[in-house]
Amino acid sequence: MATVKVRIPTPLQKLTGGLGEVDGDGNTVKDMFESLETKYPGIKERIYDEEGTMRRFINVYVNEEDIRFLNGEGTELKDGDDISVIPAIAGGI
Amino acid sequence: MSFVQGLRCRECGREYPTEPVHVCEFCFGPLEVRYDYDAIKRVLTRELIESRPANMWRYRELIPIDGEPTVGLDNGFTPLVKANNLGRVLGLNNLYLKNDSVCHPTLSFKDRVVAAAVNKAREFGYDTIACASTGNLANSVAAHAASAGMKSYVFIPHDLETSKVLGTSIYDPKVISIRGSYDDVNRFCSEVAAVFKWAFVNINIRPFYGDGSKTYGYEIAEQLGWRAPDNVVVPVAGSSLITKIYKAFNEFHDLGLIGEVNTKIFAAQATGCNPVTAAIKAGETDFRPVKPNTIAKSIAIGNPADGFYGIKVVNETGGWGEDATNEEIVEGMRLLARTEGIFTETAGGVTVAVAKKLVEQGRLKPDELTVIAITGQGLKTIEAVEGSLKSPVVIEPKLSEFEAIHKKL
Repeated sequence: MATVKVRIPTPLQKLTGGLGEVDGDGNTVKDMFESLETKYPGIKERIYDEEGTMRRFINVYVNEEDIRFLNGEGTELKDGDDISVIPAIAGGI
Repeated sequence: MSFVQGLRCRECGREYPTEPVHVCEFCFGPLEVRYDYDAIKRVLTRELIESRPANMWRYRELIPIDGEPTVGLDNGFTPLVKANNLGRVLGLNNLYLKNDSVCHPTLSFKDRVVAAAVNKAREFGYDTIACASTGNLANSVAAHAASAGMKSYVFIPHDLETSKVLGTSIYDPKVISIRGSYDDVNRFCSEVAAVFKWAFVNINIRPFYGDGSKTYGYEIAEQLGWRAPDNVVVPVAGSSLITKIYKAFNEFHDLGLIGEVNTKIFAAQATGCNPVTAAIKAGETDFRPVKPNTIAKSIAIGNPADGFYGIKVVNETGGWGEDATNEEIVEGMRLLARTEGIFTETAGGVTVAVAKKLVEQGRLKPDELTVIAITGQGLKTIEAVEGSLKSPVVIEPKLSEFEAIHKKL
């Protein structure tokens, strides 16, 4: 199982005891969020809606690449990967 | 006096006080400003608006600041041009252009959003303004920070047009050029914003910033003689303006300032960056992000934050989405310039080119009242037309030389 660095956005830091970066474990993005839920209960319902779909306004990046350009939640992780969880941001017209 | 009651999540409805926050703590949905429309309705009339100076603050009650504005006082109220010449070419008998290529002070509609954002940032007590920008926002943030006596940090993608970079640097902000696309800059800035306590206009000030766009829609309705048009063709990048124009018409209707709103909203994108129009054409309710590759850099956003809502507005109003190739964009810029004498940037070339396609598809009818949104200035994107225009004829200052060539001009 891969161990990765996960950057936690401000609104979720209440669940991680104020930590802006935590370790996550899992072979895919989805597994990694499952493992975070066991360490930091409550985090999953913030990332996923009631139907288990990732919330529309959350963007997840693996090593700076949007997972929608990779294999989505099935994107495979390897040791040392950097994960960012970032709300959508306005810009342009 | 303020008519702002607080903020509300557009997704889950959770309410928040008026603070520099932009996403719902629970579901990450975007926050919107809540207004006391009953109170606004009691004071805001057509007569009151018409009695005020010709700038965006004539709609003061609907712009989310508490006190009187202190910066950006002359922004907005740009011409609504009746475009008979362009209309004849396109086959539209009732065509108007909302011309923000001459918006004060930095020649794009961004002066509206930045005026709202900087005034609000001052009210929050910030001394530093920042933004992630495709260029126009950078120009406007740097200019307004200068006039407000505030510091500014501007983050841009590395491949912007020269005029947009120089047109920012002249105001002496800190400019940071990022090796990556605008979407990379945006992602990066959200991490910067979490560490540095600045007023990032398109991040933590976003709910207030976005509502500055509404003035573009209010002006269209007022300048048409207090009514909403049948069609509006809007350039789409992050998809904010398109939703705010529609919101503006509906607010005016709800306040009793205009009649029914039956406006169809049309989204215009570049073919090289068309996540929103591709979704509309495919009948999808949400977009798939893309990697932008277009000369229309001001709208080259592959991951539009409000894309979901932009698609929704287009679908709900019975509009449509179309896109334009680089060649069509340049031809759109040239067509607008030679028919109406208006030189717009690439995004304006996109809306003109898309309007042409929509007429050909029968989606814009000849006698309907159509407004094409022109949001930026052509002098900022000179590179786009370089090489596609006729070069000047060079001669000696002799009458005989001119007589020899003038019939061939």
